[in-house]
This record gives sequence, structure tokens and C-alpha cells, in this order.
Amino acid sequence: MDLQPAASQIRRDVISFHDNILLPIIVAITLLVLALLIIVMVRFNKRANPTPARFSHNTPIEVAWTVLPVLILMFIAIFSFKLLFEEHDMPKPDLTVKVIGRQWNWDYEYPDQKIAAYTSTPLSAEEAAAGHVPYLLAANAPLVAPVNKVVRVQLTAEDVIHSFSVPAFGIKIDAIPGRLNQTWFKADRTGTFYGQCSQLCGINHAYMPIEVKVVTQPEFDAWVASKAPKPAVVASASAPAAVAAAVH
Amino acid sequence: MADLANAHGRAAHADVYGGHDSHGATPGFFTRWFLSTNHKDIGTLYIIFAIQAGIIGALFSGLIRWELAEPGLQVFIKGSLLDHLGLVEASKHGYYVVVTGHALIMIFFMVMPAMIGGFGNWFVPLMIGAPDMAFPRMNNVSFWLLVASWVMLLTSMFVDGGPGKGFGGGWTLYPPLSTIGHTGPAMDCAILAVHLAGASSILGAINFITTIFNMRAPGMTIHRMPLFVWSILVTVFLLLLSLPVLAGAITMLLTDRNFGTHFFDAAGGGDPVMFQHLFWFFGHPEVYILILPGFGMISHIVSTFSRKPVFGYLAMAYAMVAIGFLGFIVWAHHMFTVGMPINLQAYFVAATMVIAVPTGVKVFSWIATMWGGSIEFKTPMLWAIGFIFLFTVGGVTGVVLANAGIDYSLHDSYYVVAHFHYVLSLGAVFAIFAGFYYWFEKMWGVRYNEFLANVHFWITFVGVNIIFFPQHFLGLQGMPRRAVDYPVAFTYWNKISSYGYAITLVGLGVFMLVLLDAMVRRRPARANPWGEGATTLEWTLSSPPPFHQFNELPVIHAEGH
Repeated sequence: MDLQPAASQIRRDVISFHDNILLPIIVAITLLVLALLIIVMVRFNKRANPTPARFSHNTPIEVAWTVLPVLILMFIAIFSFKLLFEEHDMPKPDLTVKVIGRQWNWDYEYPDQKIAAYTSTPLSAEEAAAGHVPYLLAANAPLVAPVNKVVRVQLTAEDVIHSFSVPAFGIKIDAIPGRLNQTWFKADRTGTFYGQCSQLCGINHAYMPIEVKVVTQPEFDAWVASKAPKPAVVASASAPAAVAAAVH
Repeated sequence: MADLANAHGRAAHADVYGGHDSHGATPGFFTRWFLSTNHKDIGTLYIIFAIQAGIIGALFSGLIRWELAEPGLQVFIKGSLLDHLGLVEASKHGYYVVVTGHALIMIFFMVMPAMIGGFGNWFVPLMIGAPDMAFPRMNNVSFWLLVASWVMLLTSMFVDGGPGKGFGGGWTLYPPLSTIGHTGPAMDCAILAVHLAGASSILGAINFITTIFNMRAPGMTIHRMPLFVWSILVTVFLLLLSLPVLAGAITMLLTDRNFGTHFFDAAGGGDPVMFQHLFWFFGHPEVYILILPGFGMISHIVSTFSRKPVFGYLAMAYAMVAIGFLGFIVWAHHMFTVGMPINLQAYFVAATMVIAVPTGVKVFSWIATMWGGSIEFKTPMLWAIGFIFLFTVGGVTGVVLANAGIDYSLHDSYYVVAHFHYVLSLGAVFAIFAGFYYWFEKMWGVRYNEFLANVHFWITFVGVNIIFFPQHFLGLQGMPRRAVDYPVAFTYWNKISSYGYAITLVGLGVFMLVLLDAMVRRRPARANPWGEGATTLEWTLSSPPPFHQFNELPVIHAEGH
């Protein structure tokens, strides 16, 4: 019934904006309208009020119900713009993942780590059941990202428009043929996070899951090493690992 | 507002306005219904058209809810009951064809024909005291173009689309899914269907604008026009200005598909996002086209059954004008995820939220109209009050979605589906039913059964809320829309939503009973069943009105102005 729990500060701010600002306001407005409707139905029905009034103007109240919504919207806008600009204010990225959408799977590529593009396809119902992972969400090869690192995601598509969405990070952006789009996330806990393609892309649109596995830096380095077992690459990738180790 | 000058007395009926009919008797069946130039007959045709299209559209949504009742594929799969019926392709592609068809049917062939073609044709001339529309033959062309369009759309569902029979790319027709994704002729049929529907609407828009500007009865100044006429006037201006843009966009789609152009093909220097801009420049005004006539009807109904004049008439009229204007400058809030520059997104956030202001004025003015009134809860009033509440619910979730920052979490999710069904399925459709019952006796010349109509309202009210309210939860949880299957985590609310559909279907059945009962029992209609609250000109005529009315133009005198 609620927004999926957060795994990044951005998503926490999204949830906070929704739960603390928007939801109370829209519930209050809806209840106000409901209450007014109930009042008029009870007080001004034919039995309770057989003679209708004839007024059709009341300038002060008309001004009030024009100005008050403006003020409420301005109040919302303050937080809305803050969130929007925060979402677009990407810190210096620690690594870049290139995502290519196609009918009907995703390619992930790590240019900095020299990991060539690999294809992430959904698990079949049987495979998912065997691995105790959710069908239509789990993929055979997840996007792997280190925790607490700014991951820049750059997207495009090969055929039709797809949309890359990970609710736990509060991100959703279209992968469009001929365009390079960009978003980012900084996961603040390890774990597996799921999303689904969010732009109708043909018959298997529902079968295009996004699985993001957030791991610790050493685990990430080990994964990088396993994907790209060339010595030069391991050396360059271990440098940030050393820094991370020192910090810890 | 305006009232009829009582030169002939309030009970002036057919004898006065229709008795001197120089055209003689009504024409024969074929001439009357197939070559019609009479605004009331054409309105009736539109309404019957809308009812049949609405039934098909509602059955389509039934297939959708049936499939989504449980995770996995049960309906759109080989060997299912649907497969044995054989009407719709039982495949994942078939599901998307049905989703696409549901949207196109409900928008172009149900809501628009009912509100603009049906109620607009019937009541704009009556309310402004005109004998007919300005261009009666063009009116006929409008209707039959829509029928041609309808045939084209249905044909589209049965010819090859590429991945299977029919076009399954969504009513938004986004390329490249609508170009390289659907190579068969189904998409070309769909494009031509939309073209024809658009041409029909543009002709209708020209007709209404000319009628409203030139054929108002003496004394009916623009600021004394009934609000329904105002709402139609704003609506048809939106149609006139937005539809050519859609026509241009889908023509480019057509040439991209068939003549080797690259307007939306990145490989040839085009841009698929350009289509989205063009589409939504039409698409956003379009959603106001669907709801504005409803605003007008609700104003009349609320005023009639409260026995009180509309509160803030001028504010109500100009709020609709403002909504219409704003409708043209907010289109890209449908595109927050395409990767627009942030300042552009910020602009569209701000502009979109502004719409809440005139909309709020309307909601509060309806309530103020009721305030101090003497309300009678007849069927049209129930639908109208239901409309006000449900439209408010849909409106506030629109304010949530307007915020790009949170739209990244909700875009293309079921939250959006819930939002637009609250404003359209529960807003526009409730307004249509409100208007249908309000003018039932006037249009058909017979009465409906009040009890059955009440039952229809209550079942529908409960049903649609059970369908659509849980979809907010699904959207918040992250379920993407337009998915034939979903992870098991989303099962619970989907199941409830599908139960809601079953209830709504019973409501539809009761509606059929209402029609059947009225048709069989044929209780003669009253000229004005609603009493002193009903002040517009159509209530001064008999029910049904004479074949030609207002041969002597009524004269309007100001009341309270």
C-alpha cells in the first residue's frame, strides 16, 4: 500500500516528500470536500431546508478558495523543486554503467572497469522457483554496483523505447534509440533490488526485469576481477578498493 | 442566469415553437436516420453509437481485469476460454491489442461521441434557442466519418499487425514501437481510424463554434449562455487547435512507416521523442476535451436539484477557459522520464500544478451552489455528487504526479492508471450518466425507472471504486502499467480490483435493464420533470421536443444580472 522502502538517500527524500507533504495535503483536501458534501447533503436537503436560498455570489470566499490553493501549491512546490534539483544534482560519479535496452532484455556494460556488455535476461518461472527468487523480477545476470558509491547510469536502446526503473533508488528513465540518457544512484545498503521495464515495448514488455545487486566494495572488486580477469584491469580496480579499505 | 421571456408563458410547448413547422411531417426511416440533418436525431445517433462502443470498451476492460486477476497467464494464452471464443487473439500481443483498443474506444468512440456529439448536438441548439446547428449537413458528415473511423479501428484489430493480429502499442502510438515494432497493416488502419475520427471532430468543432457564435437567441449574450454551452465552446476550441497537431504527427508516422521518411527514426536523423511532444500537445488538451463538457453538465444538474442558481457563474465559465488554456502549456508532464533538461521539467511541474487552481474553483463552486439549496436526491444528482467527490480524488493524485521528483517513482505505474481513471472513468463517465439521466425524458420521450437508476448508480459507485482505488496501492508499490503479467507480490490488490470489475459489470447490466424498462413500459415523459430548478431553454419545450423547434426565436431577458 505504500512506496517501496528506500535504498538511497534520494528515495528516502522521495518517500518523505510523499508521506509527509503530499499525502497529508491530498488526504486533507479530499476529506474537506467529502465533509462539505456531507454537510450540504444533511443540512440542505429538501426536508431540512424546503426553501432554497437565492445567493450566487460571495466575493470574499471566492477569493479565498482561489488564493488558498495557490498558497498550498507554492508550499508543495518548495519541496518539489528541492527534490527535483537534488535528483538531478549528481555528485562526481565513482563508476559508470552503460545500459542498453532491447526487445526484451538489458545489456550492462562497465566502460571504466573494461567489462564488456553482458546480457541480463529474466529467469523462467522454474528457474526462479528453484533459486527462491521472485519470478518476473529476478534476472540471470544482475547489474552489480558497490554500496555507498555514486553510480552513473547511461542509457540508450537498440530498437524501441524502454524504461529503466528501480523503485528502491527512486529512479526511472527512458532508454531511447538514438539518445543517451543519464541518471544516477547511490545505494546506501547492500542487497538485491528489483525493477521492471516501464515503457510498453512489445509483447514481452512484462518480461524485462531489472535486477540490481548492491555489494560491498571488496565484493564488487572480486566481481570485476571475475568478469575481466586481465591483470591491468585488476590493478586499476583495486586502487579504489584500497582507499575504501583505508576508510574502513 | 438566463431565462426565457415569458411572452408565451412558462408552459410554452411544442404548439408554440413547433406547431408552425413549415417542413411538415418527419421524414421516412432511412432519410431520417441515415441522411439526417436534424441536430436532435444526429445527437441520438451519437448517443446510441457511444453506448455500443462503450459496451465493447467495457468488455475489453473486462478481458484486462480477467487476465490480471491472478499472476501468470490465464486468458491471453493458447487453449484458454478466450482462445476458444476466437474473437481476440489469445496471446500476449492480444492483451496489448485489447489495452490499446480499450483506450482508443473509450476516448474517441465513447466519451467524445457521448458528450460532444450526443449531448452537445442535442442541447447546445436547444439551450441557446437556435432551430438547429449552423451546418446541418456537415453535422451529418461528422457523424458518418466517425462510423467510418470505427469500422477502420475494428478492422485494424483483425488484420496483421506484425507481432500478431492488431496493433498493440498503446493508444499513445509511440514510435519506434508503432513503426518498426508493428510492421503490419493494422497500425496503418489505426492511423487512418484516428485521422477520420479527428476529421469528424474538427468538422464538429467548426459547426459548434459557428452555431454558438452566430445562432444565439436574441438577448442571449455570451455571458448569459448556459454553462454547458460554455463548456462545449471551450471544448471545441481545444479540439480545433489540438487535433491538427495530432493529425500532423500521425501523418509523419504514416510516411515513416510507408514512404521511407525518418521523422521519428533516430537512424535517419529523426527523433522518437519529437513524436511524444507532438502527441501530448494534442493529448493533454484531449483529456480536458473529455472532461470539460462534464463540468458544464454537472453545473446544470447541481443547480437544478439544489433549486438554486449556479454559484459564481462567471468564475465557472472563465475557470473552464483557464483550464482550456492551461491544457496547452503543460503537455510534457507526460514525459518527465524522457530525459528533458531540468529547467524544462521544473517549468512543466509549476505549470501543471497551476491547473489545480481553476479546478478547485469549480469544485468549491459546485459545493457552494448546493450550499443553502433545497437538494433533491434524484438519480442525476446522485451521479453529480459522486462525480464531484471522485473527480476530487482523481484531481489530488494529479497534483502528486505533477511533481517530477516523485513522478520518477510513479511514472507509467498503476498510480497513473488509477489517477486517470478517477478523473475520466469515474469523472467523465459519471458526468455522462448524470447527463443521460438528467435529459433522459427530454431525449427519449419516456421516463426511466427511478429505483432501477438508483441501483445502477450505487452498484457502479461501489464497483468502480473497488476497481480503481487499490490501483493507487499497486502504483505506489511500483507495478508498471500495461503489463500482461506481474510478480506475485502484486496479487492481492489486483485480485480486489478484478472483483470490483465484476461488481461494475452488474451495474452495467442494471443500466441495460433501465433502458429495457423504459423502452418497454413507455411512460410518457414530462416537459420538465425537475421543476423550478431547471431553468434552461430545453425545459420550455415538450419531451421529446418537436422535430423543428424555435421557429419563432425566444427572447432572453437578464435575470439577476
